[in-house]
Amino acid sequence: MSSLLEAFGKAFSLMLHLNAELLAIIVLSVKVSGTALVIATLLGLPLSAYFGFKKFPVKGLMISLLNTFMGLPPVVVGLFVYLLLSRSGPLGFMALLYTPTAMIVAQSILAFPIVTSLSHSAIISVDPLIKQASLTLGATPFQTSVTILREARYGIMSAIIAAFGRVMAEVGAILIVGGNIAGFTRVMTTTIALETDKGNFELALALGIILLGISLLINLALHVVQKRGLVGVRS
Amino acid sequence: MSLLLKVSDIRKAYNGSPVLQGASFSCDENGIYALMGDNGSGKSTFLRVCALLEPCDEGEIVYLSNGLILPHDIELRRRITLVLPKIGVFNTTVFNNVAYGLKIRGLERAAIRDRVNRMLDFVGLGHKKEQAALTLSSGETQRLGIARALVINPEMLFLDEPAAFVDVRNKEIIEEIILNLKTEGRTTVILTTHNRQQAERLADRLLILMKGRVTAP
Repeated sequence: MSSLLEAFGKAFSLMLHLNAELLAIIVLSVKVSGTALVIATLLGLPLSAYFGFKKFPVKGLMISLLNTFMGLPPVVVGLFVYLLLSRSGPLGFMALLYTPTAMIVAQSILAFPIVTSLSHSAIISVDPLIKQASLTLGATPFQTSVTILREARYGIMSAIIAAFGRVMAEVGAILIVGGNIAGFTRVMTTTIALETDKGNFELALALGIILLGISLLINLALHVVQKRGLVGVRS
Repeated sequence: MSLLLKVSDIRKAYNGSPVLQGASFSCDENGIYALMGDNGSGKSTFLRVCALLEPCDEGEIVYLSNGLILPHDIELRRRITLVLPKIGVFNTTVFNNVAYGLKIRGLERAAIRDRVNRMLDFVGLGHKKEQAALTLSSGETQRLGIARALVINPEMLFLDEPAAFVDVRNKEIIEEIILNLKTEGRTTVILTTHNRQQAERLADRLLILMKGRVTAP
């Protein structure tokens, strides 16, 4: 118990005196997961809208597949991306393995089904009366779609937060494709795994607390955005 | 009056069960028309078809302006509007709900602000403009729906049971709003109601929808 408390104490001390290495790890983590989240959102949101607004023959099957992929094991994604980017793989010529780009690709694959599937659920949950109201007030089909997306915004934001939580916390995929190279592909989760193996719990704990803090900050920021979204054009 | 409506022999069925069976109606003079009928007689369907919210199976809906037949396009849809008995409230403020129709028409902010504020005062919701619209009472929500429709200055306004789910006070306010429209004389109103007294109070012309057809009482 005392060693745990001691570890917490040292962790807080590390956080207060952020050294350059620790800071680089945090920045890279946010950069990789943030970029992956942006890519997943840019691809997933239009697709979720398409699934929400259009009818086509294999829609049910595709949604079931997306729901299944939400639970993709990170190590399996890591293995898939590894095989794709390894020298003998189809994209080996790009020499991306063990780079932050490879980590972004892996995390984008993990985040994409979460953003798409949960956003789709949010869109189809919008009251059908909203669509009718929009049309009766003279909206074009495109304006009606935008209105429905706006009504689904809280659900979509939740989808993005959920995806961010997933990619920030995962370790399996980025360990396989990133290699945990110090100063180059080492991020918070891979450092926590490595330092725990080494018995260096202070650094692992400090990074764990920072990870939680980042999640809290993002949730708070989104909460503010949601509150502002309620006001729109001021009277 | 610039917009005329001619409905000829329209038929509409849902899952093989006929609702409208050759309904015809002509709206050739300005005023308020009240369409009465029993539950399930097809009043709402009739309004939705006339307001171009859904197509009819057979028959013709013709809108005319200055002797010309208008195509059923977005331009025409923006000259008419329908207020449903259950209002689809946007999850934003009362002000933004009423501003919606003006924003999608690309009006400038100052014009939107001016028109929305005046309309909210007209329906007695001026003091609630910053309130979240989803927190309004059912009567206020109904007034919000009417304000949202009126702010776009429709030439033809369809009101489906405008005072069906509201208390006496809100019913009186809504009736007053409709009577004001009659005085202003800019908008043709076609409303549905179960209440004969209400229809007689408000309307210039009474109609009955029976067995899928429109008749005079």
